[in-house]
Amino acid sequence: MSDLWTYLQYPFAQHALIAATLIAITSGLIAPFVAMRDMAFAVHGTAELAFPTAVAGLLIAGDAVGGALAGSVVVAVAIWWLGRQRSERNTAIGVLLAFGLGLGAFLLSFYHGFASAATNILFGSIVSVSTKDVALLAVIAVLVVVVMIVIYRPLLFASVDADVAAARGVPVGPLGLVFLLVLAVTVTEAAQIVGTLLVLSLTITPAAAARRWSANPLVVSGLAILFALIAADGGFLLSLAFIDADVKASVMISFLSFAIYLVSLAVARWRDPRARASAAKSVAVT
Amino acid sequence: MTKTPGAPLVSFQDAGLTVGGRRLWSHLDLGVMPGEFIAILGPNGAGKTSMLRAALGLEPLSEGTLSVGGSVPRRGSAAVGYVPQQKIFDRDLALRGRDLVMLGADGHRFGWPLPSRRVRADAARMIDAVGASSYADAPVGRLSGGEQQRLRIAQALMSNPKVLLCDEPLTSLDLSHQEGVLDLLDRRRRDSDSAVLMVTHEVNPVLPFVDRIVYLAAGNWAVGAPDEILTSERLTALYGTPIDVLHVRGRVIVVGAGQTPDASHHCGPIEVSA
Repeated sequence: MSDLWTYLQYPFAQHALIAATLIAITSGLIAPFVAMRDMAFAVHGTAELAFPTAVAGLLIAGDAVGGALAGSVVVAVAIWWLGRQRSERNTAIGVLLAFGLGLGAFLLSFYHGFASAATNILFGSIVSVSTKDVALLAVIAVLVVVVMIVIYRPLLFASVDADVAAARGVPVGPLGLVFLLVLAVTVTEAAQIVGTLLVLSLTITPAAAARRWSANPLVVSGLAILFALIAADGGFLLSLAFIDADVKASVMISFLSFAIYLVSLAVARWRDPRARASAAKSVAVT
Repeated sequence: MTKTPGAPLVSFQDAGLTVGGRRLWSHLDLGVMPGEFIAILGPNGAGKTSMLRAALGLEPLSEGTLSVGGSVPRRGSAAVGYVPQQKIFDRDLALRGRDLVMLGADGHRFGWPLPSRRVRADAARMIDAVGASSYADAPVGRLSGGEQQRLRIAQALMSNPKVLLCDEPLTSLDLSHQEGVLDLLDRRRRDSDSAVLMVTHEVNPVLPFVDRIVYLAAGNWAVGAPDEILTSERLTALYGTPIDVLHVRGRVIVVGAGQTPDASHHCGPIEVSA
């Protein structure tokens, strides 16, 4: 453990811990809405599409992160535009994803430099976070948190019952686009740390686990952030503590996230018989 | 409608609606008075739901005028409450009945997401009024259709609307739940002198409660008291094809050409395939 404390004196470890924290907060915040709006595939799609846009960024401006971020906005708008109907959305994402990955491989063949900046997006690289990266992450995190707080209630309304929300004056369509943009930016940032392949462990799993504890949407949001924090920070610290084992932080994060899910599932099972009994009692009363 | 004087809450004047190039109805004149309970009947595709959508400000009229609560209908009007066609919530949806009801008060407002104390108190009172207190804190996706429907009505009433628009609120409910929901709507319109417009396929359960019927069929319409409209002559004229209205054991059964009373399962308006 003293080893861990020693490592935490290094800037790389501090940067990584701050990055993990910021990403956990934003991912945990969008996670319940991803579940509610059935957008797991949108997360997966925007995460993987960060790869071709990162390569494009490298080619055009020598900046993989900037390319990925700009690309995520394009991807979000494209998904929104092609998938106006909820039933068409997954098809639209699949079409974009197939084309995007082909484009990424094609663009990569033009790039003769050191491509790790692009491939980092595929597998994540929490230990190579620079001060500039952290600053950018912080700006994005603040933006995401503010937007999510402001749109939380109308977004909840639109997510659970779009028809009534529209009749009540909620701008359902524009809200869908705003959420997709927030999602795309969050996922793209998270992808750089945990990798596109493991992004789901911070944007899906925490909400699935939180739902086992409560049905109160605000409590679920809070727990999802908490679980994402435990997974991201804990996963990184575990990888530091067992640095000799040479297990990537992103792997630890996905393991820890899954462990929280399993525990939540077990607790829900354990609590369920009583919940059922009290429900039966209340029905009997009415 | 003779019992309550004053201006109508909902007023269609020479109104017509064309959706997707299809003329649903036209020259419709209807004034809904405060405290009135109106059922909108007719076969599928006659424009019943579109009539509600017009009153919600979601579907512009193609001709004539329509006012709701004294002004042109617009989305988000607090004067109108909306109970939609029943859509079953996902079993794992992170939402309690109580949250669903509170969204009726503040769901359209941007800003700090915690509900105010007033909204919470109002929701608790409304949940109590619709008799949903015992299950209001359960996940909404785990509730029965009847329980969900009560909560939807509570949600629609949160803005204290003068007009309540209900789209098939009785579908998939058993008889006792249908009566419970109707009783709730009936009490509410009497207590607050508000109007209820209800699209429904279930004729018989609503007959004891409604003041008037709007019957839409084949591009035509008829408005009047139930026993005025539900006659073989009126409906035959409306559909333009022979229709029989039978009274069996206190129930009304509408039968079209080639259809036996047995086949008309819910004894409601039938689809005329001619």
